[in-house]
Amino acid sequence: MFRAARSSLSLFVVIGALAVLWEVVKLLGGDPSEAWTPPFQWTVASDLNMPHVWDIAASFAQPAQRNGPPLGLVLINAGIFTFREAFGGFVFGAVLGLALAIVFVHSSLLERALVPYVVASQTVPIIAIAPVLVIWLGGGWLAVALISAYLTFFPVTIAGLRGLRSPDPRALELMRSYASSSRDVLWKVRLPAAAPYLFAAFKVAATASVVGAIIGELPSGIRDGLGGAILNFNQFYVSGPPKLWAAIIVAAIVGIGFFALVRAAETVVLRGRVAPSDA
Amino acid sequence: MSDSIVRVRGVDKVFGAGADKTPALQHIDLEIPRGAFVSLIGPSGCGKSTLLRLIGDLTQPSAGTVEVNGKTAHRARLDRDYGMVFQAPVLFDWRTVQGNVELPLEVSAKDRSARADRAKAMLALVELTGFERRYPWQLSGGMQQRVAIARALSFEPAILLMDEPFGALDEMTRERLNIELLRIWKQTGTTIVFVTHSIPEAVFLSTHVAVMSARPGRIIELIPVDLPQPRNDLTREDERYFGFITRVRERLRGREMGRPGAAEVAAS
Repeated sequence: MFRAARSSLSLFVVIGALAVLWEVVKLLGGDPSEAWTPPFQWTVASDLNMPHVWDIAASFAQPAQRNGPPLGLVLINAGIFTFREAFGGFVFGAVLGLALAIVFVHSSLLERALVPYVVASQTVPIIAIAPVLVIWLGGGWLAVALISAYLTFFPVTIAGLRGLRSPDPRALELMRSYASSSRDVLWKVRLPAAAPYLFAAFKVAATASVVGAIIGELPSGIRDGLGGAILNFNQFYVSGPPKLWAAIIVAAIVGIGFFALVRAAETVVLRGRVAPSDA
Repeated sequence: MSDSIVRVRGVDKVFGAGADKTPALQHIDLEIPRGAFVSLIGPSGCGKSTLLRLIGDLTQPSAGTVEVNGKTAHRARLDRDYGMVFQAPVLFDWRTVQGNVELPLEVSAKDRSARADRAKAMLALVELTGFERRYPWQLSGGMQQRVAIARALSFEPAILLMDEPFGALDEMTRERLNIELLRIWKQTGTTIVFVTHSIPEAVFLSTHVAVMSARPGRIIELIPVDLPQPRNDLTREDERYFGFITRVRERLRGREMGRPGAAEVAAS
């Protein structure tokens, strides 16, 4: 509990420091006002490119469209929508990634045959894959989740393979001397030994799944999620720069929240183990 | 010997193939009587661990046969006739002490309450009652090794195979665990095959010491150690105890002195 309080406190300190830095940059090179003329004129620090922190904060309370609900509410709904897609993608990706790792650890033939393609799959940009999946599956929730899974299965496979191979060879000999089935070896030795590795990968996968879901929304034409919001506010950036920044902040919160969720699960599952992980 | 629990006959073990072929064991014949405590001793790389692993069906002989408990070593392993203890305790750090001891019983599908009773009894045997809920990393090295012994004994193996189980422990802990192991051996009546490179340890513990030569490993002599049972701290001060130590040492050294190595010649 104490540790959690301390880490969320340091999160606020960092966010505060970033906000101060942002405003210092604007103070040095932003647009002049009645009270202050900055010594420099940097285009990047103009009110259009870097709106004031308080303008971004205020935009959450203002309506996103004329006579519409406030931006904050719109973005929260969009965030929940995108989180659902990302969560679906995370689950698909984690199950697929772990299944591949289990197959590879039991068959070096399949490992040698398939791992190069697993690696190659990650060199194909998701931006190129996403429209294809949308064409195949239609622009629904499932397509977005699969696009997200495409990003998440890879770290799980790689870390899972390493984790499943991590037991001491003598531990495997011990199981052999008990005449244990390979199912027992998997459930009682390999998977528990892999758990810390898997959680490290799940944390990477959690944030990647949010990115995947946001990107997946773009070609799907889904307007209800953060991808749609970002696309929309990007198109009309000039008419309201803080809105895009607000959407970016909500996207970051969704990613961080998912990460924190996985980390909480990790603390529960790995309690009693030697070294509590710090990542 | 009519009641031999282990019969090793004409066993060769060769590692690698072609140019990299290294003979590890050469023509091993070994009979171990039921209930005996046999130590395998020899210089590093003489194949004593390999011989232990052959008996335990963790590796297969290149030639010859290994028979355990009246059947092939393979059959004996499937019948769960073995308990294994390595130099490292190899405990599972996500399981409690009791969970570790119960693992072999889970594999052999014993029901939950039978498992718990058996694990408690085994932990009492190694004098770790009260530590059931601890995790392995909370215990000292000596205590971890006792957990490993309790685990190895949990399904009452006919034969306990120990590969330098006390090699990583300090001298004091080692001597105390030696006495405890003898007590456990007496109480359970199991046969123990024990790999060590400590001559005093081999003599103190064993009913028979198998002295092995350097690579390729062969058994030079199986020395019966008829020191009185039960052995205790006084045994270590017995004159005959030192006599056996000298005898084992001479057998080990005799091989090396009778055959001047190329290295020694080059050095002089």
